[in-house]
Amino acid sequence: MSDEKPTGRQKPMEATTTRNKKAPVKLSRDIQARLGQQLRSMYDDVVEQGVPDRFTDLLNRLDENGKKGKP
Amino acid sequence: MDESVRQAILTAVPSLRAFAISLCGSVDRADDLVQETLVRALANIDSFQPGTNMAAWLFTILRNHFRSEYRKRRREVEDTDGHYAESLKSQPEQHGRVEFSEFRTALSKLPTDQREALILVGASGFSYEEAAHICGCAVGTIKSRVNRARTRLAELMAIDGAEDFGPDQATRAVLVGNDRN
Repeated sequence: MSDEKPTGRQKPMEATTTRNKKAPVKLSRDIQARLGQQLRSMYDDVVEQGVPDRFTDLLNRLDENGKKGKP
Repeated sequence: MDESVRQAILTAVPSLRAFAISLCGSVDRADDLVQETLVRALANIDSFQPGTNMAAWLFTILRNHFRSEYRKRRREVEDTDGHYAESLKSQPEQHGRVEFSEFRTALSKLPTDQREALILVGASGFSYEEAAHICGCAVGTIKSRVNRARTRLAELMAIDGAEDFGPDQATRAVLVGNDRN
């Protein structure tokens, strides 16, 4: 038996350790975590800027127009 | 406009901006995209079902608008030779607040469908089901796009994906060390 950890049903080709560009790369949890962290920190930088005035103003303006437009 | 609707929209705006910036890479274009999204949303507010997820509804509008604009611009590139390239050149550089990091560069190289799937699931916090609804595709499609996006990102950032044969285990330990805690 192989001493590899059971990782579900894998085709033999994917289980080999030879470099093959076509073979799907299984990312380690560490790398996934690191990518996820960078993605979230980039995203959260923007979220933390809150709502710029231009959008509050826009909503006010659109709301006014909407009210005027209704009978 | 109902006050609760107004609040729900305002609450979604910061995340909507973050999504738009991640999609198109430019703060100015992203804010225009958000503005156009809000105008569309307000014009169609009657089609929003109260009690459903306002953020998901707005994200869907923004995503579809971005896609149709993108397609239009692609056509412009083909139709009017050189014109679109000129308009790109005249656009101001990205604002300083957007850090032009290695990560952002790598993200911009992903195909749009992979990029949007990764952001929706990995940063916006939508479930696979919600992301599938926003993108108008099957849940399995979203999952496979997210996986391909992660793999490609790792490749672009020259991180070795397999644990067994890294270029340098010591370097890797330093790189990922913080995530272990």
